[in-house]
Amino acid sequence: MSIEEQVDPGRRGLLVATCAAGGLAGVATGAAFVSTFQPSERAKAGGSPVEVDISTLKPGEKRTVEWRGKPVWILKRTPEMMASLDKTESKVADPKSEKTYSMPMPKYCMNQARSRVEHKDVLVVVGVCTHLGCSPGDKFQEGAQPSLPDDWAGGFLCPCHGSTFDLAARVYKNKPAPDNLDVPPYMFLSDNKIIIGKDENGEAA
Amino acid sequence: MAFVEKKLPANASAVDKGLAWVDSRFPLTKLWNDQWGKYYAPKNFNFWYIFGSLAMLVLVIQIVTGIFLVMNYKPDANLAFASVETTIMRDVPWGWLVRYMHSTGASAFFIIVYLHMTRGLLYGSYRKPRELIWLFGVGIFLCLMGEAFMGYLLPWGQMSFWGAQVIVNLFGAIPFIGPELSLWIRGDYVVSDATLNRFFSFHVIAIPLVLLGLVAAHLIALHEVGSNNPDGVEIKENLDKDGHPVDGIPSHPYYSVHDIFGVTVFLVVFSAIVFFAPEMGGYFLEANNFVPADALKTPNHIAPVWYFTPFYSILRATTSQFIYALEIGVVAYVCMIFFKSRLAGLWKTIAVIAGAAIIIAFNVFEAKFFGVVLMGVSVMILAGLPWFDQSPVKSIRYRPSWHKYVYIVFGISFLVLGYLGVKPPGVWGSAFSLDIAQTVSQICSLIYFGFFLLMPWWSAMGTFKPVPSRVTFHAH
Repeated sequence: MSIEEQVDPGRRGLLVATCAAGGLAGVATGAAFVSTFQPSERAKAGGSPVEVDISTLKPGEKRTVEWRGKPVWILKRTPEMMASLDKTESKVADPKSEKTYSMPMPKYCMNQARSRVEHKDVLVVVGVCTHLGCSPGDKFQEGAQPSLPDDWAGGFLCPCHGSTFDLAARVYKNKPAPDNLDVPPYMFLSDNKIIIGKDENGEAA
Repeated sequence: MAFVEKKLPANASAVDKGLAWVDSRFPLTKLWNDQWGKYYAPKNFNFWYIFGSLAMLVLVIQIVTGIFLVMNYKPDANLAFASVETTIMRDVPWGWLVRYMHSTGASAFFIIVYLHMTRGLLYGSYRKPRELIWLFGVGIFLCLMGEAFMGYLLPWGQMSFWGAQVIVNLFGAIPFIGPELSLWIRGDYVVSDATLNRFFSFHVIAIPLVLLGLVAAHLIALHEVGSNNPDGVEIKENLDKDGHPVDGIPSHPYYSVHDIFGVTVFLVVFSAIVFFAPEMGGYFLEANNFVPADALKTPNHIAPVWYFTPFYSILRATTSQFIYALEIGVVAYVCMIFFKSRLAGLWKTIAVIAGAAIIIAFNVFEAKFFGVVLMGVSVMILAGLPWFDQSPVKSIRYRPSWHKYVYIVFGISFLVLGYLGVKPPGVWGSAFSLDIAQTVSQICSLIYFGFFLLMPWWSAMGTFKPVPSRVTFHAH
């Protein structure tokens, strides 16, 4: 065998080691580029709790506030609206809110009205459809109307893919959206003042 | 090998001498001759063979208009909308023309590419030895979809914003990593300035680079193996004494002239749209996109631009009830593979295991996830075409006549899916407590997938007509 065809194991070993080290450095650099895609510190800081004064909110009225860039609805439900929840109980996919979407369901809202017991009529939910993130529209009017069933009991309709929600923002069965709308952590600072994104257990994760 | 300067007679023109100087250092003439000048293409090309060249033309239009748009566009959530609707559309002289050329070009690109793909489907242009041409083409189609989607966010209108919101959230449906993944894609809790900036970067540089590479690969592969033709006959099997195909003609000047004519016709139509109907009744530019993005208010009706709607309809059709139909489909398909295919026992076992895994997944994960999966598969399944098709002939001309009806049913299903995708849910009302539009789109989705997945069987069935050894051609 001539000298050109012989493998020098020492040099071959060094070659492999150099390639491995170089490859590692390449992967590490790639990881740094991938990390730049994460939310920036500024975006993360934008997620602080929001205080809302609801003294002017009349029964049957809804207000939308922004929390973490998402619409959060505050709906003051009338007694009729509260009564409709019994009618929809059997038609919704997850009446007890056992499944969650993007945040854990606060324990104090694990009831039919999906609100705090001391202010049962006030519904606070993130107005983002659990299907693909559209913001559903208000359909508080009862009865037959376009895109809705004839026995509609009032609720919300997502314009994107037709998911429907009742007045506790629970999703109806066999709709594209799999889960009920998220309930953010919230608490009452006084009878007319709500803070969203924070409760007795601290700020939302 | 030693360098040899190409020698020309002393009385040769300066141009020839200059070219010889270049050719000795860079294969300019060779490149031109291989790729176009002396590239022998079949002489029986018909109307369908114009769309490749037109796609090239539109690619150039998009790149040139895009370069000029970037000069006035501001990729900033506070400035983007005004930089398009005020600066480019009103303040920059002729800015509106450049913008409308770009927006019309996007739709034109998809019309042309869909027709180009239909041609491939009809004449079996994806069959051996052209599998890689087809795969590069599928890559180009994916790049175009990425370009169109990210580009649509840039005007920062309501449709831009909510369209991006919906598509990015598609990734959120992936089990376990989904929500983190969509957060990572957006770079914020909602579609925001960070999202706009990264989409801008992808739209103007990253994807176009990949796209150009794929276009080059598509053309190099094509000019290596040679073009197919409406008869599906390999013209390279009949060579004349010079080694050229008897049924081939050099692209220049013959197809240069042919393509220039096609380009002229195309530009007449294109200009008519740019000048008289740039919004195309809301199909090319959606009305809601003339409203600035508002993170707190979803427009009443969100629909993607028309070219995405067939796939989008498949997404919408996947409800929890539809999963039952899919389960039956998977079981039937595994049985087909097991009893009706000539695959080796190992592959049959793999098919049974895969089928069982899919059925389990259907019961574990949400319908929403499978909607996303099916939408992705509906695009990616195109890549399998060269291997699904088992017919002994390439062109539809020599297939059993009933095959034409299979293609027609498939085509109609695709168009119906596209139509329903632009309409709001429940557009055809309900009957027997079923949403008619939803049921129709579910049936069309099944036809769409059935067309491809059952192709190994139906494409080989029936009486095939004899394929001539030479192309059919009537001089005109």
